Amino acid sequence: MRIAGKGLTDPSVPVGFRFDGRDYVGQAGDTLASALLANGVKLVGRSFKYHRPRGVLTAGSEEPNALVEVLEEGGQRTPNVRATVQELYPGLAARSQNRFPTLGFDLLALNDLAAPLLGAGFYYKTFMWPRHFWEGLYEPLIRRAAGLGSLSRQHDAAAYEKAYAFCDLLVIGAGPAGLVAALEAGRAGADVILADEDARMGGRLLSETLVLEGRPGMEWVTSVLAELESLPNVRLMPRTTVTGAYDHGTYGALERVGLHLAPRPYLPRECFWRIVAKQAILAAGALERPVAFENNDRPGIMLASAVRSYLNRYGVAPGRRVTVFTNNEEARRTARDLMAAGVPVAAIIDARPHASAVEDCPVYTGATVINTRGRKGLSHITVRHGGGEALIETDCLAISGGWNPTLHLTCHRNGRPLWNEALAAFVPAPGAVPGLEPAGAAAGIMSTAACLASGQRAARGALEALGRKPAAIRLPAAEDAPYVIQALWQVPHAPGLWRRAWLDFANDVTVKDVKLAAQENFVSVEHMKRYTTQGMAPDQGKNSNVAALAVLADATGRSVAETGVTTFRPPYTPVSIAAMGAGGRGTGFAPQRFLTSHTASVERGAPMIEAGLWYRAGYFPRPGEADWRTACDREVRMVRERAGVCDVSTLGKIDIQGADAGRFLDFVYANTFSTLPVGRVRYGLMLRDDGHVMDDGTAARLADGHFVMTTTTAAAGQVMRHLDFVQQAFCADWDLRLMSVTEAWAQFAVAGPRARALLASVLDAPPDLPFMGCAPVLVHGVKGRLFRISFSGEEGYEIAVPARYGEALFRDLLARAEVLGGGPYGMEALNVLRIEKGFLTHAELHGRTTAFDLGLGRMISAGKDCIGKAASQRPGLTGPEREQLVGLRPQTEAPLTAGAHLFVPGEEVGRAQDQGYTTSVCYSPTLGSWLALGFLKNGRARQGEVIRVVDHLRAVDVLCEVCDPVFYDREGEKLRA
Amino acid sequence: MPKLIAKTPLSGLWPVTHRDLSLSEVALDRITSVAPFRGQEKALAKALKPLGLAFLAPNSFAEKAGVRLVWTGRDQAFLINAVLETPAAALTDQSDGWACLRLEGAGAADVLMRLYPLDLRAQVFAPGQAARAGLNHMASVLMRTETAFELLVFRSMARTAWAEIAEAMQHVAARRAL
Amino acid sequence: MRLTCPLCGPRDRREFHYLGAEEYLRRPAAEAASAAWDDYLHNRDNPAGETRDLWYHEAGCGQWLLVTRDTVSHDIRKVELVATLKGGAK
Repeated sequence: MRIAGKGLTDPSVPVGFRFDGRDYVGQAGDTLASALLANGVKLVGRSFKYHRPRGVLTAGSEEPNALVEVLEEGGQRTPNVRATVQELYPGLAARSQNRFPTLGFDLLALNDLAAPLLGAGFYYKTFMWPRHFWEGLYEPLIRRAAGLGSLSRQHDAAAYEKAYAFCDLLVIGAGPAGLVAALEAGRAGADVILADEDARMGGRLLSETLVLEGRPGMEWVTSVLAELESLPNVRLMPRTTVTGAYDHGTYGALERVGLHLAPRPYLPRECFWRIVAKQAILAAGALERPVAFENNDRPGIMLASAVRSYLNRYGVAPGRRVTVFTNNEEARRTARDLMAAGVPVAAIIDARPHASAVEDCPVYTGATVINTRGRKGLSHITVRHGGGEALIETDCLAISGGWNPTLHLTCHRNGRPLWNEALAAFVPAPGAVPGLEPAGAAAGIMSTAACLASGQRAARGALEALGRKPAAIRLPAAEDAPYVIQALWQVPHAPGLWRRAWLDFANDVTVKDVKLAAQENFVSVEHMKRYTTQGMAPDQGKNSNVAALAVLADATGRSVAETGVTTFRPPYTPVSIAAMGAGGRGTGFAPQRFLTSHTASVERGAPMIEAGLWYRAGYFPRPGEADWRTACDREVRMVRERAGVCDVSTLGKIDIQGADAGRFLDFVYANTFSTLPVGRVRYGLMLRDDGHVMDDGTAARLADGHFVMTTTTAAAGQVMRHLDFVQQAFCADWDLRLMSVTEAWAQFAVAGPRARALLASVLDAPPDLPFMGCAPVLVHGVKGRLFRISFSGEEGYEIAVPARYGEALFRDLLARAEVLGGGPYGMEALNVLRIEKGFLTHAELHGRTTAFDLGLGRMISAGKDCIGKAASQRPGLTGPEREQLVGLRPQTEAPLTAGAHLFVPGEEVGRAQDQGYTTSVCYSPTLGSWLALGFLKNGRARQGEVIRVVDHLRAVDVLCEVCDPVFYDREGEKLRA
Repeated sequence: MPKLIAKTPLSGLWPVTHRDLSLSEVALDRITSVAPFRGQEKALAKALKPLGLAFLAPNSFAEKAGVRLVWTGRDQAFLINAVLETPAAALTDQSDGWACLRLEGAGAADVLMRLYPLDLRAQVFAPGQAARAGLNHMASVLMRTETAFELLVFRSMARTAWAEIAEAMQHVAARRAL
Repeated sequence: MRLTCPLCGPRDRREFHYLGAEEYLRRPAAEAASAAWDDYLHNRDNPAGETRDLWYHEAGCGQWLLVTRDTVSHDIRKVELVATLKGGAK
């Protein structure tokens, strides 16, 4: 019921929307909740467990009841949207959730009849047996009955953002204290961010009829905001909830960028901000709390402050005949505001015995509401007062149990709040988060005048810490009434199976549940929380936390201060995973690294395989080839018989220069490099200091004090980090410079009996390189490098040119190779070629293998120290008990799998009998057989034995002969040809 | 004799423009990493003198007659678009290892502060300043000139960097259209 | 979390790679007793309070940093370049 002339919404801009399939009209400036109330819709949801009818309780982000699904075209929907936060936009479509089949007639309301069975801990007690029923039956049933909204199960294609911001001062909350703080600091020249979770700044001033400096409070708000907007050093961030306080002045914040509008392309729905602030002021205000009494959860029962918000901000009377139930002076403003707006107030029920009775309506002092009536909406309340009981007809009960300062952020770094008896509330502990100062109601300061002064004080403190002079703004005159409260948490009710007084509306936790927890010895507040689930719903106990622990304190005979409070953790309000992970969907998850040969490979139909961040060609299919194996077998034969070209630019390349370059390589490699002649390449094995192998690769000496090292693709980053560490930690005074050049060069392997002929056709003056030689070359006039190294076992070269020429050279090499009967080969063939030759990759260098295990123990030079040498010789890292690298060849044609385990034939196949495992397998077209590399206990001494290879997951059980890991050209004649 | 055709890291992509905000590739002729050998700082200064440049303080760059020197690490800088020959420093050709992107126009800092966890406010990161920092998950060198941001990223990742900046530009532009 | 790199200035923690305790700087001599190597490789304190550990400014300047910090208050007390530690790392 809209009240003409009241509120900040715009009646000249009607906004059409849908709720549960019915069309309504609201006004610009409405939330979904205010628009529903204006249309007389009170029943908006069903409760979590008992499916009780529920209405709007609050007017803010702490709302426990009015959670809805927002629907979009195409079936997309967002569940658990708080109707009190969702701004109205034309065409907004929403529906209630957690009901079946409809909100008005919910079959699961039967749960309410079963309530005596469903109290705290019922999961733990009821669904104990039989055990396997839990996953199959109980849990799905419970999840269906007790629930929140449902997911669309569609991919959410909408845009989300993450962003960083920096400022001198972050002011959290734009009520009176926050506005003053921002103005003081802004005028003083500090870089200020003012963030407020509401769409409109002003805090409680938007919802009250307060007077500042003799004029309506809104006038002051408008003028302050106008000045703040005009200051270039102040950034206003409305619709932005600061959700967490983290180390070193970092704050997380969620901004609703596009959620108040119909979806539009590229406009993010939400943005997750990481704000770094030198100083921060928490001016987040306070949250009003309900009182627990019997049947206090009916639609129409609302917080008193929310009633004032709907009345004063949205011009909506939430009822036709309102009652107010309070334990403090402030909530009585509700009755006065309502009467001033012409809304009848049936009674004020003030729990304080000596409260005044000045309003022009019945006032019951020392009285409490003991019960309510009305199935889908409040119709009557029963009041107990000094003279007995009274039944009062009312459709809206405004309740206030006092206020809890919004101190959550001050606890995010393990701070514990302090109990304040006068306020009957927790207040922030001083200095709980370094650099974060609470102000205004968040600090337990309740009058408007005191809030304004507190905001200024906090800003001045921040300015001093920033080394700035205060601006000395003049504060407007404002009300300074004392906050008078008498604690009231619950109104006791008679025992009875179906009699309940709610504490946590969101999770259906009642006073009885908390008492039961205490009775069953869950007396720690953390245990009570987990046993009853109080505070574990989306509102995270904002409406129920303090009252629940006061009830627990009472039940256990302790004070609230002794009972303590549960831990507040980020986020303050729910944050969608999509916002936190913004930018990380699909290919945004990690950078894609593309080779210079990428386009040419794709043009040839090569499937691109992810290798780390790189995309490498898997194989190059030819017309008529049925599958990858056919192409791979052909490419292997092509390299063995003709010539193949493969892009190997992904290998890490590190430029090492300086007089101590050789000495450095001696230290980081197990073998010796200082003796390597210029123009030669050597295979190197790199260890970790714990004696295990880190990586292998080659280093070429280009000049006396100049090497270029190659690493494996997988370990390129790790090796660079390691070399930087060794240099900076142990060789800082050596003459040595390291530089990654991986990206600068495009490098192609050219391998096969015709490799030399192929190269001769692209090089201006082909050098006659020996095996493991290197030389500078001119490639069609471009300066490049040629290395005679092989990862295939054939005569092989790697030719490198500056990356800008990579694509051109790749295409040229392929065209020329094809003339010679060769062509490109991909990762699959590369892998087969190296397995046939027994060459290693990180399948074998997996971090738990030693040089000894790999048969490379003798590479560890005896004549010098190196990283990993001492540990590599410790007992346990060498010897017959180690699993050692072997080749395995099946006795049949059965395929093998990597990751299979090895057993002695005839022995039991079990963990205790495990002899080792396979690491790499392939079908070798060269040898016409499956091959495997693997690690076998004492394997080198067991060549010729038959071993059983078992992989239960993939149904492999094959007998293999143990052999040398080099299956092909053991003498290396081809390499040296 | 056949000739190898050179391609820039972002060849084939057209500049992305949203009103006055624009992203484009800058073709750099040459990048050399310059790392003075131990005790050779003076000799290097002498070698740089003809270019009108001096070795730099961290987080800065200097430019003279189209030649730029940018700090990239301890005892290390990138010399852009000039030839330097000196035994005083380890010189490594990096010309083809990096792509250079330029983002210019109002709101450029807003776009980059969606990808860099860096304080790019003008009073903190002023023209002439440089930073080694991660562009989302990618290593980069970021520089602010009087009119634009210029950034170097690894050649292989240049297209990802481009796509991520272009996406952030779309978001910023959509916000501004509100 | 933020660390102030002595070269690059204050930076977000996502630019850094964590290695482990300061002990990694005290590499024993090659011929040291195996107990010394065991301490170097494996034995670590887990203090509630001040600790010193090694971080690599991977997305930044590529320098290894020795960070003195408090595991209780999360204060960062000091950040030093490993390469210029007085008296060297050993």
